[in-house]
Amino acid sequence: MRIRPVGAHALLLDCDDPDQVQAWRAELWRRRETGELTATEIVPAAATVLLDGVPDPAGAAARIAGWTPRPVTTTAAVDPVEVPTVYDGEDLPVVAGHWAMTVPEVVDRLRRTEFRVAFCGFAPGFAYLTGLPAELAVPRLATPRPRVPAGAVALAGPYAGIYPTASPGGWLLVGRTDLVLFDVHADPPARLTPGTPVRLVSREREE
Amino acid sequence: MIEVLRAGALTTVQDQGRPGYAHLGVPRSGALDPAALRLANRLVGNPEGAAGLEITLTGCELRFDHAACVALTGAEVEVRIHREPAGHRPPDVSRPGDVGRPLSLPAGATLRIGPPRAGLRTWLAVSGGIDVPPVLGSRATDTLSGLGPPPVRDGDRLPLGEPVGHPAPVDVTVAPAVPGELRLSLRPGPRHDWFTPAALDLLFGTAYQVSPVSNRVGARLTGAALPRAVTGELPSEGLVLGAVQVPADGQPLIFLADHPTTGGYPVVGVVDDVTPLAQARPGTTVRFHGPQR
Repeated sequence: MRIRPVGAHALLLDCDDPDQVQAWRAELWRRRETGELTATEIVPAAATVLLDGVPDPAGAAARIAGWTPRPVTTTAAVDPVEVPTVYDGEDLPVVAGHWAMTVPEVVDRLRRTEFRVAFCGFAPGFAYLTGLPAELAVPRLATPRPRVPAGAVALAGPYAGIYPTASPGGWLLVGRTDLVLFDVHADPPARLTPGTPVRLVSREREE
Repeated sequence: MIEVLRAGALTTVQDQGRPGYAHLGVPRSGALDPAALRLANRLVGNPEGAAGLEITLTGCELRFDHAACVALTGAEVEVRIHREPAGHRPPDVSRPGDVGRPLSLPAGATLRIGPPRAGLRTWLAVSGGIDVPPVLGSRATDTLSGLGPPPVRDGDRLPLGEPVGHPAPVDVTVAPAVPGELRLSLRPGPRHDWFTPAALDLLFGTAYQVSPVSNRVGARLTGAALPRAVTGELPSEGLVLGAVQVPADGQPLIFLADHPTTGGYPVVGVVDDVTPLAQARPGTTVRFHGPQR
């Protein structure tokens, strides 16, 4: 892990792998709760954790360098959020082509994968779910769709994601869910927060 | 209640934003010049965090149901107070340059805010504050994520809260002049090593212009393209206010209040104070200076 300065009030922890990101995110969150760290924002991403709103970044960097995050495997087990998913996305055959599987095999693989929220971004409540092996990474569409409906379950790169609201998007659509993923009246407003385990369980069509 | 007779090009409800939710993909949002809105609130006796209006370029026209105290800060604009004729009072009071002090409006008055003589944006606070429902602790309109109230439209009726304080006893406040050229302090990092040494020379050594496609998300700049030393894609990472992100075309973009919380292009440096950009019209020259330049 390497600490990079970001302007006058922020630090970027450049991590070696996604597990280290998870471990540092949890560690920094814990240290903020105990008052050992002051930061307005702790923002995990693909390979980094951003700390923003840090009053003394140089001092904080020196302290953080002396900390050892607990590995993610030893964090307390949390029940996964089950996302009831209808697997009828129009890009399923494309994904099957990339994975050299049949469509039912793709669905089975997604259903059985133990996902975890690596980070959020792109839109409020949009969670990047890790858990698929790197060799199953898929490309984005060459031309994004002008409108992807809310609840669309999709894949891009090594991630799975669920669109919380309708928006343009270039991810490959594999299914959909009715689960409300972002509710401004809930606390926290996002159903899928960083570190949350997630399962995309099968829900049959109702029609 | 405020009735919006003319909303203008872009008028939004803003306060000090919604920090603390970036890890859920929620932008900070809030006034592009938070200090200007805080000042306007203090002038009318509001708490600093009350919601007001951010008025862009073309001004706006508002009618007040009942007596209120308002204050404008930011770019200098002409303010006209129109009220229904009664007795010997003149029907129209023009008070050019009445920016930076409390103004009393009688019930039924219409406030006409003109375009700025220089600069781009004005903030209006009204006693009691704009009382739209807060979303995640803030009444700010977020133009990127759509959180908060939609931009103000003609015919909207904006609810007002109960005033809690008295107008500040001031005659005048000093408004910073809008410079013709901005000099912004920039610290390199966190991804300046993704650019060639020549790119940093260009960034610090040449003039950029604010592009017309700038908005509350970011000030796009046009000028010398910044050559990359590292090709390939940067994995998405967290962004701060003032981050200078360089997309594939090499033209820098300075992130403002409605910036996304993560992004996938390298950030060559971070501007210390972005508030002068709130008044930067398209075509404004921007020069960067840094600690070692």
